[in-house]
Formats: sequence, C-alpha cells, structure tokens
Amino acid sequence: MSDHAVTIRVNGVERSESVPARLTLADFLRERLDLTATHLACEHGVCGACTVLVDGETARACLLLTVQADGSEVTTLEGLTEGDELGPIEQAFWAKHGMQCGFCTPGFVLTIAEMLDDNPNPTREEIIEGLGGNLCRCTGYVKIVEAVEEAVSLRGGGG
Amino acid sequence: MKPPDFDYVAPTSVDDAIKALGSDAEAKVLAGGQSLIPLLAFRLAGPSLLVDLARVDGLDHITDEGDRLVIGAMTRQRRAERDPVVAERCPLLVESLRHVGHPQIRSRGTIGGSVAHADPAAELPAVVLALGGRVHVTGHSGDRTIEAEDLFQGFLSTSIEDGEILTAVEVPASGPRTGWSVVEIARRPGDYALCGALCQLQLDDAGAVVDAHLALIGVGDRPMRAHAVEAAVLGGASPVEAATLAPDGLSPGSDVHASSDYRLHLATVTSRRALTQALESAA
Repeated sequence: MSDHAVTIRVNGVERSESVPARLTLADFLRERLDLTATHLACEHGVCGACTVLVDGETARACLLLTVQADGSEVTTLEGLTEGDELGPIEQAFWAKHGMQCGFCTPGFVLTIAEMLDDNPNPTREEIIEGLGGNLCRCTGYVKIVEAVEEAVSLRGGGG
Repeated sequence: MKPPDFDYVAPTSVDDAIKALGSDAEAKVLAGGQSLIPLLAFRLAGPSLLVDLARVDGLDHITDEGDRLVIGAMTRQRRAERDPVVAERCPLLVESLRHVGHPQIRSRGTIGGSVAHADPAAELPAVVLALGGRVHVTGHSGDRTIEAEDLFQGFLSTSIEDGEILTAVEVPASGPRTGWSVVEIARRPGDYALCGALCQLQLDDAGAVVDAHLALIGVGDRPMRAHAVEAAVLGGASPVEAATLAPDGLSPGSDVHASSDYRLHLATVTSRRALTQALESAA
C-alpha cells in the first residue's frame, strides 16, 4: 500500500531502502540484500530458522516487519564471522555432526551465539532450554547439544 | 504465508497514536508484533493500517510506586524479565515471563501487547488477573483504568474500546513472606500450556496464609481466577484439599491438544503443585 524509507545497519553496513509495510525483515534480508543464510520455513514464529540478532538480541526475522527494524542494527549468520573462516560454533557443528540437511543451522548458530555470550558455561539443562526456540527435524538434537558443549570448549569456556 | 497488504504509521506521541487509530476503522495497534504478525501471516487478521507504538515516548518504563509496580505497555518482556526492580517487587511476573514463548520472542514481545492480546493460555494476562492488577488506557475521551477482573471479556477480547490504547500495566507490589510459583503442562517448553497455574501466597509471622492469589490458564476463553481455591487456602486448607476445588466453575473445551476432562484434571494438578511450591518459597 505504502512504501517506507528505512535505514538498517546489516552486518556493519548501512542499508537504506524503500520497502512496503508488509515486508518482513526475513524477506528484506533474503530478497533485497541477498543474504540467504537467514532461512524461512514456518513464517509464523515457530521454527526459529530465521533467527537473527536485532540490536544484539535474538529475534525471529519472520515476526518483525522491516519498518519496525528501521534504525536497528541487524546481524545475520553472514555477519557472525569474517571471511571464510569458521567461527567456533560453526566449527563445533562440523566437528560434532550437529547438522544433517542444514536448513535449521543458521538459526541455531545465532541462538547459540547469544546463549554463550550470556552464559559462557551452560549446563546441559540450560543448553536444552536455550535451544527450545529452534526446531530441527533431522538430528534429534543430541548432536546439536554436543556441538554447543564443543563450542563452549572451543571458545575457551568449560573450565 | 506473507502478511497481507496494509499501511503503517509509527507515531511518536500517544496523542498522535490515538489520532491515527481514529483515522481508520480497520486500524490496529502494533506493539511487539509477536502475536499479531502470526495472525497476519495466517490471514486471520487483515487490518488496513498498523499503528506501531514502538516509537511513542513514555511507554517503555518500569516504575516502582511503593505499593504498586507500573510497567509501560511497550516495555519488552526480556527487559522486564531481567529487571532487578521487577524481581524484587513482583517476582511472580519474572517467573511468568520465563514461560512466555522463547527468548527470541521475549526480546521483541511487550508486556502491554501480551496483556491486550488476551490469549486465554498466555501468562501475562493471568498474572495481572491473579494479582488483582489493572491497566491504564488512553483514548479520545481521556484516560481511564480498567481492573483486571473487568478487562478480560472472552477469547482474545478485552474491554479496551476501539480507538483506545493500553499505556501501562499495574500490579500490586509483593509484601514480606511472599511465595510464588508458575506451573504449566505443555507438550514442549515454550508452547502455550494445555493448562497452567500462577500462584502467589503471603504468610503472616505465624506462618498462616493471609493473602492468596491463583489464576489458571488454558481452561476457558480467558484467564480464570480460582476464587474457591483461594478462599480454601485462606481458610487453612492444605494445597491438596484446596486444589480439588480448582475445576469449580470451569468448562474448558476439547481440542486436538487435550480433552475437556484432561484439562480439568490438569487444573487440579497444576493448582496443587503451584500452591505447594508457593507455600514452600514463602516459608
């Protein structure tokens, strides 16, 4: 109906665009900015595949209109690490086979990044609780929990 | 699906927000959007205009008013969950917030948005009801307060009129020797509960219960206060005895998640556990 000018800092780069009110942040990232690591599955806030950081906190990019994010700082999986190097969470997923089809993985990685920033040494129960907002239909979660524990030690925690 | 087409404004004052709401009969208030955006995606709501309150001045605050705690409608749930004043003045609210969705939802979801949405299985409307709180609303004809017992009218329905905006939620601050508990039965953590009980009890110096609050969620078209259970507890009944009264006056529906009978059974179970835990934490 109406277009709205927004300026959003995405992975450290300021992006100014004109967007319709109905455009979700997830579609903005994927369709306008070609940042396709943010995956979309359920599109109603249940699965967590579209998890990104908005002003440093995890949020569902499918439950946020782009216009609501005007003036915010958004970090996607692409912005979590520099260049082609794997970050410790990605390394841990690789080492522990924390993914099978990989569709849910970007959302998990961002959820885990925030979890470990908040609490560098989570217990197994805290890990399971912290992963509750992300769905995986392949792994049965066991390998993802192990990946979090691996990430804790790769990040220098666990002592 | 994608949300349908609509227009959007982000006013910076309550007055402008009320004007915008009044300009369009199909306008709807947007708070954090964590309930509204899914409704749009399902095409269950089709507003022609969304009035976003996120940039309105003065709606994001946590104010300790001595015997009351006043929380601005646009205060994010995660902020309230981590706020030391809320933890001290209304620990039941903090405990309830931990059951709201997931951290990724609470970062955007707001206190006022959840209360105004009035989902019968949601925690925050039940906290306000259990504690005998109230909400502050503003509209064309001025400001008013609505007591929680008059607020919830039915499924996703409140007595907030069209054109009015919920600006703050107010709950009584908890006193000394207060215990609290939130017990939910859900298929998965973070899901809406099949049934839940939110409880706050206060003891006197002799250990007798002098103040009792219990609300149930998931057992009707709105959060339900369990007056019969509260009266029994105040009369000296044990949690086991008092909880048997929890199904009184309830007639929950059956759906794919749980039958009516099962929900009534859970009303007793969650009430008993919540009362027991609240007593233990007060002692």
